[in-house]
Amino acid sequence: MSEITPSQTVGPFFAYGLAPHSRCDWKPSDVYDWKETAGANLVTSDASGTKIRIEGQVLDGDGMPINDAMLEVWQADAQGRYAHPRDRRTRPNTKFMGFGRSATDKNGAFSFDTIKPGPVPGPNGKLQAPHIVFCIFSRGMLRQIYTRLYFADEAANESDPILTLVPSDRRGTLIAHKELRGDLRVYRFNIRVQGESETVFFDI
Amino acid sequence: MTLVFPKGSLSAFPKHLTPDYRSTVKRSPSKPLVVVPHTLSELTGPVYGHDAVQESDADLTKQHNGEPLGERIIVHGHVLDEDKRPVPDTLVEIWQANACGRYVHNVDQHPAPLDPNFTGAGRIITDKKGYYRFITVKPGAYPWGNHHNAWRPNHIHFSVFGHSFLSRLVTQMYFPGDYLFPFDPIFNSVTDEKARQRMVSKFDLENTIPDWALCFRFDIVLRGHEATPRDADKH
Repeated sequence: MSEITPSQTVGPFFAYGLAPHSRCDWKPSDVYDWKETAGANLVTSDASGTKIRIEGQVLDGDGMPINDAMLEVWQADAQGRYAHPRDRRTRPNTKFMGFGRSATDKNGAFSFDTIKPGPVPGPNGKLQAPHIVFCIFSRGMLRQIYTRLYFADEAANESDPILTLVPSDRRGTLIAHKELRGDLRVYRFNIRVQGESETVFFDI
Repeated sequence: MTLVFPKGSLSAFPKHLTPDYRSTVKRSPSKPLVVVPHTLSELTGPVYGHDAVQESDADLTKQHNGEPLGERIIVHGHVLDEDKRPVPDTLVEIWQANACGRYVHNVDQHPAPLDPNFTGAGRIITDKKGYYRFITVKPGAYPWGNHHNAWRPNHIHFSVFGHSFLSRLVTQMYFPGDYLFPFDPIFNSVTDEKARQRMVSKFDLENTIPDWALCFRFDIVLRGHEATPRDADKH
């Protein structure tokens, strides 16, 4: 057995390498042609399902916006399948990867355009309600923190095997609420890193 | 191969709240993290193909018209799992300050010059043996506002994916013998001396190229090892 390399903070200056075309303002001028390996738009033209947008803000223990966070999201496709060899079910042949990355802007705000995921297998043969895994990095975080976004309009939340492990008075921090903006389905999901209404983070 | 990701492997990680590093005070969770089992959502993660990056992305000295100033170096190593098996085909991304200790970022106000021939971002997909290799310049130390006369030791930021979202690692690679180590709260947020040393690269004379560049080796070990029958009982 070998012991793992410890985590260190992403720091304040990751944007030009990891999220150069994100909404954050890291460099006021100049054209920068560093292609993103992953961005805030997960939608591929061949992916079936309902297009949605996730919008939110990342806030610190004083309720102040965290303007230099990096968020990564990981999710299944509309059929509830992960684009990964460990998910051995047959996948439709699409380019949908299910991974996105975004920095926050000066207001601590972020957004992702994606496809609403389907239910995915959970422990003991039960299905999990549709959800998106969030991983948050920032200056002042020496290691990443993980949370999950669930959708308010899913009845399956009631019996979700992970959500039901969360104390009921804190479950609401994981629920994104839908706003209709013209044809666009927007789910609002704020992440409060610390404090009274702190988002639930997972020990995984 | 069925990998498991016991939490015990994370024991050397820094605590979320490490008050010597001031920014952690308002940016660390204050309520207990909720313990949940690993499901398919955690045991999977993004997979990148070799077409995700260009071969030239791994040479940070060739991204502009001229060569950057500073000490040219090679940084290479293997990405491994806890069983010391290679982690092939995984994305490794780096970013760093230039030789003067200045980042290409408008928030960095350190009065040191930017280098028009250096951006400081690189990336590569590991090969079948989990091997990666970058060419860059040695980053300079730089001051930061954490406390009076605070300076960061020379470091290169690393971001690595691995086999699942649980093996995801963002860390910093340091250089051997740095005199700033005792004074840096970020480096010392890892409280175990042996664990701290796992973030320090080794000078690699064997792979140093005569008349051209010094070489440093930095092996990265990610969370994840082969399931044993005992692990299987737990899940």
